[in-house]
Amino acid sequence: MTRAPSTPPTPAFPHRHLLGIEGLSPQEILALLDKADEEVLVSRQVEKKKNVLRGRTQINLFFEASTRTQSSFEIAGKRLGADVMNMSVASSSVKKGETLIDTAATLNAMRPDILVVRHHAAGAVHLLARKVSCSVINAGDGAHEHPTQALLDALTIRRHKGTIEGLTVAICGDIVHSRVARSNILLLNALGARVKLVGPSTLMPAGVDRLGVETFTDMRVGIAGADIVMMLRLQRERMNGSFVPSVREYFHYWGLDQEKLDHAAPDALVMHPGPMNRGVEIDPEVADGPQSLIAEQVEMGVAVRMAVLEALAEHLPNF
Amino acid sequence: MTSTVPLARPRDRRPHDARPTVFAGARIVDPARGLDAVGSVIVAEGRILAAGPEVLNQGAPEGWEIVDARGKVIVPGFVDMRVFLGEPGHEHRETFASASRAAAAGGVTTIVTMPDTDPVIDDPALVDFVLRRAREQAEVRVHPMAALTKGLAGQETTEFGLLTEAGAVAFTDGRKSVASALVMRRALTYARDFSALIVHHVEEPTLAGAGVATEGEYASRLGLPGIPREAEAIMLERDMRLVALTGGRYHAAQVSTADSVEILRAAKARGLDVTAAVSINHLSLNELDIGTYRSFLKFSPPLRAEADRQAVIEGLAEGIIDIVVSSHDPQDVEMKRHPFAEAAEGAIGLETLLPAALRLVHDGRVSWTRLVEALSLRPADRLGLEAGRLTPGSRADLALIDPEVPWVLDRHELRSRSKNSPFEDSRFVGRVIRTLVDGRTIHSLSS
Repeated sequence: MTRAPSTPPTPAFPHRHLLGIEGLSPQEILALLDKADEEVLVSRQVEKKKNVLRGRTQINLFFEASTRTQSSFEIAGKRLGADVMNMSVASSSVKKGETLIDTAATLNAMRPDILVVRHHAAGAVHLLARKVSCSVINAGDGAHEHPTQALLDALTIRRHKGTIEGLTVAICGDIVHSRVARSNILLLNALGARVKLVGPSTLMPAGVDRLGVETFTDMRVGIAGADIVMMLRLQRERMNGSFVPSVREYFHYWGLDQEKLDHAAPDALVMHPGPMNRGVEIDPEVADGPQSLIAEQVEMGVAVRMAVLEALAEHLPNF
Repeated sequence: MTSTVPLARPRDRRPHDARPTVFAGARIVDPARGLDAVGSVIVAEGRILAAGPEVLNQGAPEGWEIVDARGKVIVPGFVDMRVFLGEPGHEHRETFASASRAAAAGGVTTIVTMPDTDPVIDDPALVDFVLRRAREQAEVRVHPMAALTKGLAGQETTEFGLLTEAGAVAFTDGRKSVASALVMRRALTYARDFSALIVHHVEEPTLAGAGVATEGEYASRLGLPGIPREAEAIMLERDMRLVALTGGRYHAAQVSTADSVEILRAAKARGLDVTAAVSINHLSLNELDIGTYRSFLKFSPPLRAEADRQAVIEGLAEGIIDIVVSSHDPQDVEMKRHPFAEAAEGAIGLETLLPAALRLVHDGRVSWTRLVEALSLRPADRLGLEAGRLTPGSRADLALIDPEVPWVLDRHELRSRSKNSPFEDSRFVGRVIRTLVDGRTIHSLSS
């Protein structure tokens, strides 16, 4: 008589941190999306409170200003019962000489359970994660990754299209400076979507064709037949002659208006991580039109962040 | 009461010479077909009906105009890729009308204008302006290059897309070099999205400094601040690396040294999308011609030593240097009547382009076919213009040349509004005697 092999129960999400989409398996991503679907229901109830993070301390540490991401993480933490504290570290304090490591050590001494970190430098969140004893969530590091944005985009898409696999997703605009683009490329590829990047060559990262994407400079060609058209924000400082010559030329060739959108699939949906530059990368008519999912992305953001917090909570020490 | 302002009307223009014209017995040089043979050219309804040795062996139908062109040479009209105008902003130097007359007299049927005007041509509305003025005032074809950077300041790239749609054929900062490698890299990268051509004045500005002549013995004797030849090589070499990095399309506006020929040879061997031009001045003159501080011979880049002049002639003959330009740059007397170092650079050249270039043919340095290719076919093809060939069906833009007539340049006979020619009182052999655009005669020496 043989005993059935006893396998220890593997948690659905076996990581202590969420530093990027890189390193997540398709199963882990799908599990997070499934959990997020449940969190959507929580957020739509009158009683929006769960207690999985009761007694836990969550610090939102933002070295770069952000309204929507920070408040989204704050609401997510509070709905799960955590004590949430927001810390905006002005760039001036960096100038005063405190290093990132010093800041991390100081915060760590306050014994938080979860740190949500945004930083203007790629890799800063990874560095911080190695120096603290709590869980760390990357809320955006430079032009590297923004994993919860990619997850909320995937959740929004899946709720409308049923699946990610087999879809064609066009990511358009300032790819080179975009952490949203990098995380989305990784996630969409992991789940079997076809990813097309569209933008002027000055805004396309070198060697990006090796990341499993197709690149286009002509927007009408690039978004032809796409199921999802994902627009990216163009930072103001890139608009006047350094990367693109002017707003009017950028909008003319790479701004999403209804005429260009008509080249995508008839039931194509439009997304934007926000905040939008209306009239620069997107026509207000499209942003507010029937094909737009932009408002819904914000709602899904809270759900995804709840799912991530809850998944990480499973690994928090209970002593 | 409101009054309506009448719109400016294009000048009444005959569409083309009324009846078919036959240029009989001419030497026809048409590099597009590798044709260099005696024959006839028939022009009808503004187009080339036929051109070649077998044409009209049976004689012409009655009523056609027959031009006895025996001993003459017929070539596709020249496409001059580097023409500075005074309009807008300095109309006393040159207008579209005066430049057009000068071009016609030189067999130049297409001029490509530089954006160094006042205001600088860096906005689609200004390209519209140039094209409208040209339609109204010029009898030759006019295609503007637009500024590469806003205000020619070398910092922010212009709207290559909208400017191309408006009619700009290439992008250049004219007399200026783009000092920043980053700006040039972005410009080449961005231009690729519109298949736009970047045209660059290759001179490293910090090395050139305040120099006015090629550094060396002669400049030292004259006490003039020098520019080392390396200023050109460094900028051209930098640009070749950036073209390789970006995959952009690039044209060196003027090269003038042996080093540049070798840099271009290597770049072309690597398969880069690169062309280059040499000005008629650097093919014809050397630093000694400055003589006693003749400011009409002050150029940028400066005139070089004879060895460099020989090298660029050889580069042209080989085809490493693709194109010959006039670098027509009208300057009024006030700008030239200064000590050499303080005088303006540049010289007019539309009317003397062919006669000066013919010296190379007469000396056996460059073949007729190669010269006409460099003056007509290559610039037309590089800019994507419908010009530069005598193939049946193409537009009848052509020049009839008397290759043997000796003459002396009299500055008072120049059509250009400015008279700053480096070839004043020069003796030439050969000149353009008739020029046609769209089959219409716009210059005839006898008339």
